[in-house]
Amino acid sequence: MTALADSVATAEVLVCCGTGGVGKTTTAAALGLEAARRGRRAVVVTIDPAKRLADALGVPGGLGNDPVRLPIEADGELWALMLDSASTFDGLVTRYASSPQQAERILGNAFYRNVAGSFSGTQDYMAAERLHALHLDDRFDVVIVDTPPTRNALDFLDAPGVIARFLDHPLFKLLMLPTRRGLRVLNLAAQPILRSIGKVVGGDVLADAIAFFQAFDGMETGFRRRADDVLALLRSDVTRFVLVASPRGDTIEEAAFFAARLRSANLAVTTLVVNRATPTFGELPAQRPRRPDRAALYDNLADLVAAAAAERHNLTGLLEDLALDPVGGSVWVPLLPTDVHDLDGLAMIRSLLFDPSPV
Amino acid sequence: MPPKSVDPLHFLSAARVAIVAGKGGVGKTTVTAVLARAAVRRGLRVLVVELDDRPALRNLLGDVPSLTITAADALAEYLDTHGLKRVSRRLISSGVIDVVATAAPGIDDIVVLGKIKQLERSGEWDLILVDGPAAGHAITFLQAAPGMLATVRGGPLRTQAADVAAMLADQRRAQVVLVTLPETTPVNELVETAYALEDRAQVHLGPVVVNAVDVGFGDDLDPAVAPPESPMRAAAEFRNARRELHRGECARLGQDLALAQLHLPVHAGTTLDAAAVEQLATVWDEPQAQPDDDVATAGTIEP
Repeated sequence: MTALADSVATAEVLVCCGTGGVGKTTTAAALGLEAARRGRRAVVVTIDPAKRLADALGVPGGLGNDPVRLPIEADGELWALMLDSASTFDGLVTRYASSPQQAERILGNAFYRNVAGSFSGTQDYMAAERLHALHLDDRFDVVIVDTPPTRNALDFLDAPGVIARFLDHPLFKLLMLPTRRGLRVLNLAAQPILRSIGKVVGGDVLADAIAFFQAFDGMETGFRRRADDVLALLRSDVTRFVLVASPRGDTIEEAAFFAARLRSANLAVTTLVVNRATPTFGELPAQRPRRPDRAALYDNLADLVAAAAAERHNLTGLLEDLALDPVGGSVWVPLLPTDVHDLDGLAMIRSLLFDPSPV
Repeated sequence: MPPKSVDPLHFLSAARVAIVAGKGGVGKTTVTAVLARAAVRRGLRVLVVELDDRPALRNLLGDVPSLTITAADALAEYLDTHGLKRVSRRLISSGVIDVVATAAPGIDDIVVLGKIKQLERSGEWDLILVDGPAAGHAITFLQAAPGMLATVRGGPLRTQAADVAAMLADQRRAQVVLVTLPETTPVNELVETAYALEDRAQVHLGPVVVNAVDVGFGDDLDPAVAPPESPMRAAAEFRNARRELHRGECARLGQDLALAQLHLPVHAGTTLDAAAVEQLATVWDEPQAQPDDDVATAGTIEP
């Protein structure tokens, strides 16, 4: 059994990571399909706002924040959802608020809406949070996550810590102090540093921010504990990481950077999936045919053989960096003559990932 | 009737600022470098602006000048020049600035665009190519100015936003160049992005660049002249199928979006460096044929 097949058969959490545009979403969906074929109940979580997973799964109405069961023939089940980070964040706030009034104050705050919708890291944190919740959900045996297409590769892993850092923020502390001392917001806004900020962004915006931090008072502990739980799950044995890359030089560079960060976080990649590799067709004939029409075919094959060799060469270093088994540690999915954008295409990718090749 | 061919020079010199945008993985950075080279080849004074500090792009540019503008630097400069010099360092080092950026989303985009506007006004450059944010972020990036104008009532930030919005709305000053691959999902995403930009941001869309189009090796590969099941035959069938897919997708893109297309040939296998970029750029020395309408109906083919 390959490392990838083993992961799909036994892991409780599978994280597909890699830079954008390398086929992460399709890979995640194909892993879900394989898990379902093995009789497991799999749920695939995608974060991509471009609805690629819905495309790949052929879901006509698109995917929502709640899992939808897909019509596939398998012993197990395949479910999918698209993360809505703002409503996931709202759920967390409601859960940790000490009263409905506190939750309402926060949810209605303009600054909070910005945090939930656009604060960098929110999406990553909510993806990790959702993963944790689904892992505890009895309906599923395995959660497969397609990570956000961030340039900074490990934002997803850092994200649970981001919210904790936000709560440790100097401004947060500054803002919390006066409430504890019983001072009023008006006095607070008069502090020199806040006056300066207010000059740039406007007084209303600043008042919203202050109100948000004050409304958040008392909720830090719950948030922080939750973030710790999520991080612990990502680091535990039931979680496996699959690195997805394409054989193009520029994406390999980014994948290598990614691999190094995973290693420094003490997380091992179990499999490298190389998508869109130039296919191999076989040996080049010993001699270039003389007839022009056959010579053209020879040149075409020679070009593809050279491209495939260059790709193998490009990836050698990355495989070494990942300390993966040279045979079973990587899976190559050839570039297909057509594009993958439906369940049939997905079934083909699944087969290329898991069925033994005829060669 | 769309024109049968367009000259890339026409676009390269149409506006002083060109913001290159596209989803991750479509080769936006490569395309930015090739556009820069192509413009230099046509005698333009070109500056490339990067929004992230990445060596990858600079390695591709050779001797084309480039400048990195990060949001943090642009914000610090902005605060310095707006009477907050005394506190700007403290605001940034304490991280308070992150909170400010969250409180007023778009402030970092506005100061970056403001810096680009300053370069545009300097008149030192014929073309400022911006290696823009990924497509999802491109929409928020480009509508930061109208957003800021709607929320901030007065002060220096509003003035800055108004100046930026004026630059972006003027097609003689700025255009957006969208990048895609000749495949189904990337083309769908590009069309969505183009519509979203037209709806929500007042910007002029320049040509679409289709990257990694499979061309060359003769248009007349006939698999049948090789023995059945032979590698030569399989390779020719593969190549023909890829080409047909690419032709079909370019034509479909042409039908869905009335924008001129510039195609870049596929660059497979070998390492991409400044010399390879220069070589790629030569294809834009000449006018570019536009996709045929009748190819679009061919659609995709079975493997």
